[in-house]
Amino acid sequence: MSAVANAAAAKRSGPDAVTIGGWALLAVVGVVLLIAPAIFDSYWVSQILTQALWLGIAAVSLTFLNRYGGMVSLAQVAIYGVAGFAMANVVHTLNSEGGLNLGWTPWLGVAFGIGVAVLVGLLFGAIASRSYGIYFLMITLALSLFVFYFFGQVTQLSGFGGVRSVSRPGLVGDTITHPTPLYYVCLGCSVAVYALLRYVVRTPFGVALQGVRDDPERMRSLGYNVPLHRTLAFTLGAFVAAIAGILSVWFDTQISPGSIDITQTIAVLIIAVIGGLSRLEGAWLGAIAYAVINYYARQHTPTLGLWLNPGRFATIIGIVFLLIVLLSPDGLIGIGGKIRRAIGRRYGGGGARPAESEEAGAGEQAEVPAAAGTPASGTRGGLNQRRA
Amino acid sequence: MRVVAREGPRVVLAVLGVAVVVWLVIKAAQGGSTFLQVTLNGITLAALYFVVAAGFTLIFGLMRVVNMAHGSLYLFGGYLAYVAQTHWYSGGTSQFQLGPTNNIGVMGFFVPLVFATFVIGLVGLGIQQLFLRWNQGQDLRQALITIAISVIFADQMIAHYGGVVESIQAPTSWPSSILIGSFRYPFFRVVVVLGAALLIGLLLFLLIRRTLFGMIVRAGVDDRAMLSALGVNVQLVFAGAFFIGAMLAGLAGVLGGTMISVGPGLDTQFLLDALIVVIIGGMGSLPGAAIGALALGLVQSYSTIYLHFGSVNLTNYGILASFVLVIAVLAVRPLGLFGRPA
Repeated sequence: MSAVANAAAAKRSGPDAVTIGGWALLAVVGVVLLIAPAIFDSYWVSQILTQALWLGIAAVSLTFLNRYGGMVSLAQVAIYGVAGFAMANVVHTLNSEGGLNLGWTPWLGVAFGIGVAVLVGLLFGAIASRSYGIYFLMITLALSLFVFYFFGQVTQLSGFGGVRSVSRPGLVGDTITHPTPLYYVCLGCSVAVYALLRYVVRTPFGVALQGVRDDPERMRSLGYNVPLHRTLAFTLGAFVAAIAGILSVWFDTQISPGSIDITQTIAVLIIAVIGGLSRLEGAWLGAIAYAVINYYARQHTPTLGLWLNPGRFATIIGIVFLLIVLLSPDGLIGIGGKIRRAIGRRYGGGGARPAESEEAGAGEQAEVPAAAGTPASGTRGGLNQRRA
Repeated sequence: MRVVAREGPRVVLAVLGVAVVVWLVIKAAQGGSTFLQVTLNGITLAALYFVVAAGFTLIFGLMRVVNMAHGSLYLFGGYLAYVAQTHWYSGGTSQFQLGPTNNIGVMGFFVPLVFATFVIGLVGLGIQQLFLRWNQGQDLRQALITIAISVIFADQMIAHYGGVVESIQAPTSWPSSILIGSFRYPFFRVVVVLGAALLIGLLLFLLIRRTLFGMIVRAGVDDRAMLSALGVNVQLVFAGAFFIGAMLAGLAGVLGGTMISVGPGLDTQFLLDALIVVIIGGMGSLPGAAIGALALGLVQSYSTIYLHFGSVNLTNYGILASFVLVIAVLAVRPLGLFGRPA
């Protein structure tokens, strides 16, 4: 069976198939999100839900690249920073604080920002596409740090103060007095991005991409251009990340090198990993968890001298990330799968639907026993793949 | 068409390389002494990068662990030496006292240096034993674990040492600069750091090529399973290599903290530098680390001075020069100059 057919088979019955229960859950979540501004107070809507939605878009670009392309990219935050900085520089800024302040209209700025970010994504993808696994991770981290230092050093475009008071289109308006419009914009973008990615992975390109992920050598011998597929997937990821970058500038009204530093790079990685790198929905789940931890940790952290206090948010996030990578590399969704497997094992096994991870792994990792007893399951999209 | 697609990047790179060399030759002809000074800046910077990257590449070469916490170990080493020096040798009551400190003897420099180097070695060993030993072979997961550790370290160092930029003092009895030809150049940079890098390079070469430990390491790089089957305690070798690699990061932190400074953010900067060096030179290769460090040091040094074109000052864009260097190497050799497939 060729890698393409493998991926196609996985597509029909595999992890992407949405069950009836899944649709019901999706419908409930959808309704709650639609009426959220009516049931939550405005602080929750603006600070937690809106932030979670745009962070989820940034994280889903990483989840997509890992799940369908086998690429763990650390450059996603850098790319959304490029989009944000490109837009912030060309549109009108209120007090002309930092940036070029060319006075373009906001929507023209959006188009420019996304365009520049996609071009940068194409370049970065072309550079990194011939590297795999840990090399890919390293090269994308280096690219990400290059972007951070670029905007830190080039005072014409940013400097360390960044670009402030970036004007927003009338559709978004003033988020301090009216946070709801930006919430719906973020929600709409999230749904559109999710639909786009679900669609792309079903196209011939998406299926070939999964073949490339599973067995690049075989795909090459079948005549596919492997680096080109990876580059284009990376560019699509850059497009998604760029949308998050635009939304982040509207949310913060400013962008500075500090908003794309290594802590933020890792925050987006953490969101993707918390949610589980094996499903696209996980990105938003992780983003909500992150935003909630962010909110409560800043208020309720006990003080242990210099080691731990409300100002040590990065330490808390680092420890949470460390625990997740150590204990459950599949994130929250992975924990759900583990519980389901444990229940299935206890009550006869056959009744429970096998967790998606083992189905996905069945193609290539047949030698790994698919028994529920393996402590670390061979999840395709997870982090615990052993090197071939 | 295909030939153009394949050879196009190489032609562009060759033209670019020739242009850079011609530009530097013109600059050298215009101001010989400045050019020599800028070159020395680059070489001494490269020496520091080599010490950082040698530990990074040693750990990777043997264990396939990309230690993303290497920059944190570097900075922590610098802080440890600084705190040890201010507490033990300058009689200061506060951790960060302002103004010139007392006389620092030779011991006042070397005891903190040895202390910090050794403690960082132990910290690295602890990280390896606690977090990395039991998931050998899952390289992506190990990289993420070390990233998490680096975030915690960075935040804790800000909490404990604050945001002030400090520097470790070299012994007062050492000259501050020496005469090279027609200009004076900092003694510490050109003698101590460059000498330390050369000495470390030589010692590592002898260790890897001439000792039993080195023989085991080289065998482990090629085939760990076979080495283990031959009865060698591979875990002990791994622990030893991680200890040495971390010690090099700590030592570089002390040297860098004396030559430049210790302060927040340097962990990220030196992680990037180590990454660039090994991406250029090839992961796991010591000669590659030396060449990569030299290339990066020179490019950074030249680009901060010579990116003036008439009245146009492009030195702000110096970071792009390092970026182009990485692209150029990766376009021709995706695994770096001395890299080889795993």
